[in-house]
Amino acid sequence: MATREQPPQSPPPVQRLQVRYCKRGRARFTSHRDVARALERALRRADIPMAYSSGFNPHPRISYAGASATGAATEADYLELGLARSCDPGWVRDAMSAALPEGIDVLEVVERGIGEPSLTDRLEASTWQIAVAGPSHDVARRAVAAALAAASLPVERLTKNGVRQFDARPAVLALEAPEAGTILATLRQEVPLVRPDDVVQALGRVEPDFVLASAALYARLDQGLYRDGRIVSPFEKP
Amino acid sequence: MSERRDDPGSLYDRLEPLLMGVSKPIQYIGGEVNSIRKNWSDAEVRWVLMYPDAYAIGQPNQGLAILYEVLNERDWIMAERSYAVWPDLAALMREHGVGQFTLESHRPVRAFDILGVSLSTELGYTNLLAVLDLASIPRRSADRGPDDPLVIVGGHASFNPEPIADFVDAVVLGDGEEASLRVSAIVRGWKAAGCPDGRVGVLTMLADAGCYVPSFYDVAYAEDGRIASVRPNRPGVARIVEKNTLQHLDEWPYPKAPVVPIAETVHERYSVEIFRGCTRGCRFCQAGMVTRPVRERNVETIGCMVEAGLAATGLEEVGLLSLSSADHTEIGTIAKELGDRYEGTNVSLSLPSTRVDAFNISLADELSRNGRRSGLTFAPEGGSARLRRVINKGVDEDDLIVTVTAAFGRGWRHVKLYFMCGLPTETDDDVLGIADLAARVIEAGRQTSGQRDIRCTVSIGGFVPKSHTPFQWAGQADVETIDRRIQLLRQRVRDDKRYGRSITVRYHDGKPGQIEGLLSRGDRRVGRVVEEVYARGGTFDGWSEHFSYDRWTEAAASALAGTGVDLGWYTTRERTRDEVLPWDHLDVGLDRDWLWHEWQEALVEGGQDDCRWDGCYDCGVCTSLGSETQIGPTGKHLLPLTVVGS
Repeated sequence: MATREQPPQSPPPVQRLQVRYCKRGRARFTSHRDVARALERALRRADIPMAYSSGFNPHPRISYAGASATGAATEADYLELGLARSCDPGWVRDAMSAALPEGIDVLEVVERGIGEPSLTDRLEASTWQIAVAGPSHDVARRAVAAALAAASLPVERLTKNGVRQFDARPAVLALEAPEAGTILATLRQEVPLVRPDDVVQALGRVEPDFVLASAALYARLDQGLYRDGRIVSPFEKP
Repeated sequence: MSERRDDPGSLYDRLEPLLMGVSKPIQYIGGEVNSIRKNWSDAEVRWVLMYPDAYAIGQPNQGLAILYEVLNERDWIMAERSYAVWPDLAALMREHGVGQFTLESHRPVRAFDILGVSLSTELGYTNLLAVLDLASIPRRSADRGPDDPLVIVGGHASFNPEPIADFVDAVVLGDGEEASLRVSAIVRGWKAAGCPDGRVGVLTMLADAGCYVPSFYDVAYAEDGRIASVRPNRPGVARIVEKNTLQHLDEWPYPKAPVVPIAETVHERYSVEIFRGCTRGCRFCQAGMVTRPVRERNVETIGCMVEAGLAATGLEEVGLLSLSSADHTEIGTIAKELGDRYEGTNVSLSLPSTRVDAFNISLADELSRNGRRSGLTFAPEGGSARLRRVINKGVDEDDLIVTVTAAFGRGWRHVKLYFMCGLPTETDDDVLGIADLAARVIEAGRQTSGQRDIRCTVSIGGFVPKSHTPFQWAGQADVETIDRRIQLLRQRVRDDKRYGRSITVRYHDGKPGQIEGLLSRGDRRVGRVVEEVYARGGTFDGWSEHFSYDRWTEAAASALAGTGVDLGWYTTRERTRDEVLPWDHLDVGLDRDWLWHEWQEALVEGGQDDCRWDGCYDCGVCTSLGSETQIGPTGKHLLPLTVVGS
């Protein structure tokens, strides 16, 4: 055998399942790669009949629709599984939740019908809860009001190519300070992607008294379609 | 360590805000699949198992994974894990007064009864001090009180624990499975009795049970700086401490369900030791000397462990571990039957540490049926036949070529070769021979495959003489010699127009090896150097971006001032037969006269066979320790798979 044969092509998935999962508590510190590895192992422990990609190094067919940053908790991250055999979505949800490490759980599993759009097209906006230690409720409310009144919210971010400046304002769909220590922000997901830490930076710029005593904590509460001023589950049929 | 300890509670709430600002916070979180959390009040003996390096390195450690399960299987023992904290978090923890914590419950390490430390490499010593410091445990055992845990070390580096003797309370030599349970039982009894005679009381009981308690021994030095004597300083303490040897590995099938990391680590595979010990007799190899005799696991146990381990972890890679895997008496059956079982699945099997032997190519072929085929690795260690006789690594150059030819014929395109530089009696020509060997490998590959895309990676590092080996008396090659020879080799490869571009030379410079040499053959005076390096900010010495040779040499000069000995005295100096070596009172079963004979044989290039096949040569292990070689063939096979329902 002088050259190695190419492995046979793997068959396409028989069933596509769309999954809403959360990262809670300590699991907020998992990176996207950590979640991906944990998930693949959980699928194997749970004996879920995954479809695999072709090639010498086949991988289970999982596609992620965005992912929360390391350090951010989430109640609404999404992915899609390609299965080799049809399974009951409820069974998959329970089996995965049982096999995943503490703090990472599967909340909902629905079947993606033929011709239905991918998840990525249906994740338009997210609502973030931001825990901010330091500023009083008054200061936070003033900062929120000033930010909403501003025509633009210039922020800076350090990237691999140096400091980049952009306007965070167009992405801000809703912003409030419901109680001391908490900011709620609904952000449209577009390019450039405005993240909740950009909002915190913007609040500090429009209100000099908005100074944090320690790093802010982020949690994505919801993510999906943005319809009539609210977020609608991406699983909702049109 | 006092009689009863209240639950100290979790540090997590104070730790969490600090984690937002550090790199890879997930490594400090715990909560992994298969981690075990127990009630504080249910346990009578509480261990922290600590590896003195980052989680990514320490988590996959096989020894600690075994002890974690062995200890936690007892309902009266709890064992949690802790690892070295990177400098970014360590600084924040100091600033905010958060102590070293465990991963399971984030309780402070200081609240536990025993801090068990696995020492795989000497370059972890500064991290040991850093962990003690962050845990608020006094660095020196002499300064510890009733509320401090017992600091007990084990692992290969602890076969010469003298450089850290002042920092540890006790040392367990050899296999830890039974020994850790023995230690637990002693601590349990001592606590239940109301901690009679305090720390000295429990240390005396541990010493009686075969642990090495450094503070029970005094070291005296002669005028010339050499050790004059090592003597027990209290009645009833053994003059010589023997290592622990576990027999019947089939009765100890651990780890069964190792912790599955969430953070990325260096080895993400389920590993099964297929045997422990090695009698090949390579003269440089401490592992092969201190783990004798050979004790095999049988095919049936290995098969059950692999099946259950994969199911419990969800891992896809299986490592069949040992010091020389192809030497298992039934390796053919193991490879064939596991290959059959997992063919067509995504499970990949790997067999590290194989000999240069064409038989190994068929083994590798069996194990890579699923298509994943990494490079093949062989370790001739020495560049010339002469040097390989010196180190007793019986690799014949023609055998190597036959072996790689077989590999290239079966589709492999890449061969990795491991070598050492600075071996006893080595000359420039011995090292330059590596280039010729690599060129022959490439030529064989081109001819066999008819293709040009054949690659050979040569990895070369400096040789460090270790305790309890025939080379324990050898002078270590100095940094300049090692660096110069490696440069000569690189130049020779670069100048080779025909083959040079197909050969990659990977190398480590000689400096970390020199420090490893200081620590691996050091005595108690070297402990001051470790302290001085730590005081000057040195930690994570196993990482090139943290290791500073200058810091070590300056610390050595200052800490050893006035002793009459220095870095070179510990490293490049050849020892004489009559010199008292710092570890002479620690017995791994090897007869000192046999070791000396092997050292002399090395100098005249004499060979030594393997006692498994060619008869006993009286190394001393079986006779002095009452242990025996346990090998097959057993004629066993894999048991049928259990049916998994879903």
